[in-house]
Amino acid sequence: MTPVKNEIVLSLKDVSVFYGIIQGLHNVSFDVHKGDIVTLVGANGAGKSTTLRAISGLVKPKTGQINFKGQNIVGVPAHEIVSRGLCQAPEGRGIFLNLSVAENMDLGAWAAPDKEAYQANMDQGFQLFPRLKERRNQLAGTLSGGEQQMLAIARALMSQPEVLLLDEPSLGLAPQIIEKIFEIIMDINKSGVTILLVEQNALQALQIAHHGIVFETGVIKTQGIAADLLRSDEIRKAYLGD
Amino acid sequence: MAEFFQYVINGLSQGGTYALVALGYTMVFGILQLINFAHGEVYMLGAFTGLYTLRFFGARIVEFYSFVLHVGADQTSTAAAVMTAITVILISMVTCALVGYFVERLAYRPLRTSPRINLLITAVGVSLFFQYSGQLIFGSSPQPYPDLFENLESWTFGADENLLVINPLQVFVFATAITLMLILRHVIFHTRLGRAMRAVSFNHELASLMGIPTNRIITATFMIGSSLAGAAGVMVGMTYPKVEPLMGSLPGLKAFCAAVLGGIGNVTGAVLGSFILGLAEAFLSGYGAPTYKDALAFAILILILLVKPSGLLGVHRTEKV
Ligand SMILES: Nc1ncnc2c1ncn2[C@@H]1O[C@H](COP(=O)(O)OP(=O)(O)OP(=O)(O)O)[C@@H](O)[C@H]1O
Ligand SMILES: [Mg+2]
Repeated sequence: MTPVKNEIVLSLKDVSVFYGIIQGLHNVSFDVHKGDIVTLVGANGAGKSTTLRAISGLVKPKTGQINFKGQNIVGVPAHEIVSRGLCQAPEGRGIFLNLSVAENMDLGAWAAPDKEAYQANMDQGFQLFPRLKERRNQLAGTLSGGEQQMLAIARALMSQPEVLLLDEPSLGLAPQIIEKIFEIIMDINKSGVTILLVEQNALQALQIAHHGIVFETGVIKTQGIAADLLRSDEIRKAYLGD
Repeated sequence: MAEFFQYVINGLSQGGTYALVALGYTMVFGILQLINFAHGEVYMLGAFTGLYTLRFFGARIVEFYSFVLHVGADQTSTAAAVMTAITVILISMVTCALVGYFVERLAYRPLRTSPRINLLITAVGVSLFFQYSGQLIFGSSPQPYPDLFENLESWTFGADENLLVINPLQVFVFATAITLMLILRHVIFHTRLGRAMRAVSFNHELASLMGIPTNRIITATFMIGSSLAGAAGVMVGMTYPKVEPLMGSLPGLKAFCAAVLGGIGNVTGAVLGSFILGLAEAFLSGYGAPTYKDALAFAILILILLVKPSGLLGVHRTEKV
């Protein structure tokens, strides 16, 4: 028996993306239910980032539909998608190294729907990551890798997203810090934010996710309840290093 | 000694106008990696906007301020002249901001995803377009600029060899340039628009992921840079005091050299480079070699490209992985 699911907040239908003549995604379809953590896993070059880029409006799919809260957002400019409630913390952290920590956070709030909540969100970010508070006036370029990742997440939260896309938040971080980041992702999810999490670290990602999607060279190999995927022999062999 | 100070004053005044032009180059480069060759022509259009404003409305604006500020005949004329100059500069800034808006929208934005060389060629095209349509509309012969400050006495200090002459116009130009730079500094470093400009110049895609409308920020950058060039155009017109449609090309190139000297993309660098160039030119012409004055900027450009291509304050971005 599958538990009763909330409504679908984000859904991709037959999305194909081309980079010139190279096809990055082949007819990708999946649904994200409100309140879930959905993880996209798969090897390098499998198309995980491309999927997130297509959702955020950074690349335009050649075919297919991307529905967010019931509206097709294909062709909507990237900055407008953020103001509709979908925000991405991109691969490689992607923070403004030439701006201070506080300035990065401030820009994260550019498209926030509720301007009143600005200070509360800033405080919440600093509460999640006290180190950022100490370094608020420091240039983001001077932060350590882990701190930069924290900033990327805190900044994304400033936009008060309904859906948060995280592209490999654990990349290049020490195990204890990864642990901490995953805990915080769960906390954010518990506060009501739907999360689409891209991870190389499939085992850990599937452990915190409700739903898992396995990518292989631009196609969805398999998808299902995260716990089921964790138990599947085939998946364990191919992706979890068993 | 007085001679030395005289050159310093000349150099600072000249450097101030270079800086206003150089800032536009450096801001647009910072955000689009484009050398906007049409920028010198925006400065020329600024000078002409000032010229026609003064020619057709100058007397009335002076009259207006004399009436509003009536405080004894002497001060009235000084204050009215200064206020008129400021008004004309503001009108020119607004006009040039609009020019910048249209140049960006019509010429550069359609090429946003094209190879950079297309953009560069377009910039040269826009520059030629303004030079030749300027000749068509304004005529190609130099036109005199009305002298607002003609009744103002220069301040003199010392006598004979030690005579130091400070021209009120030079003081006005320097003060206006510094004021505009301080305002710009405030906008860039202490407002949300400025923060967004720095974010977009760091990475367009990333900025758009924050919900920042990058195209609008780029347009705003063009408008701000163009308005500063417009202010410079009026002040140079008042100083030299002739303007013609090709007047933008040499100062434009010099200001570009100054921006490269300071480190292109860096606003503080553009100001520093401009003052260095202004002072160097003043000393070179003062101490014996005025014929080489116009070559100096290019000599500096070649030198800096050989020695430190990133410029004096050039940034090396270190990306952490
Ligand atoms: N800008 C681009 N131009 C051309 N090809 C691209 C571009 N971006 C991605 N690709 C290609 O599309 C495919 C999918 O790449 P994508 O970045 O989505 O993979 P990924 O699953 O995120 O991999 P990784 O785990 O290494 O980040 C790859 O074959 C990649 O080479
Ligand atoms: Mg990736």
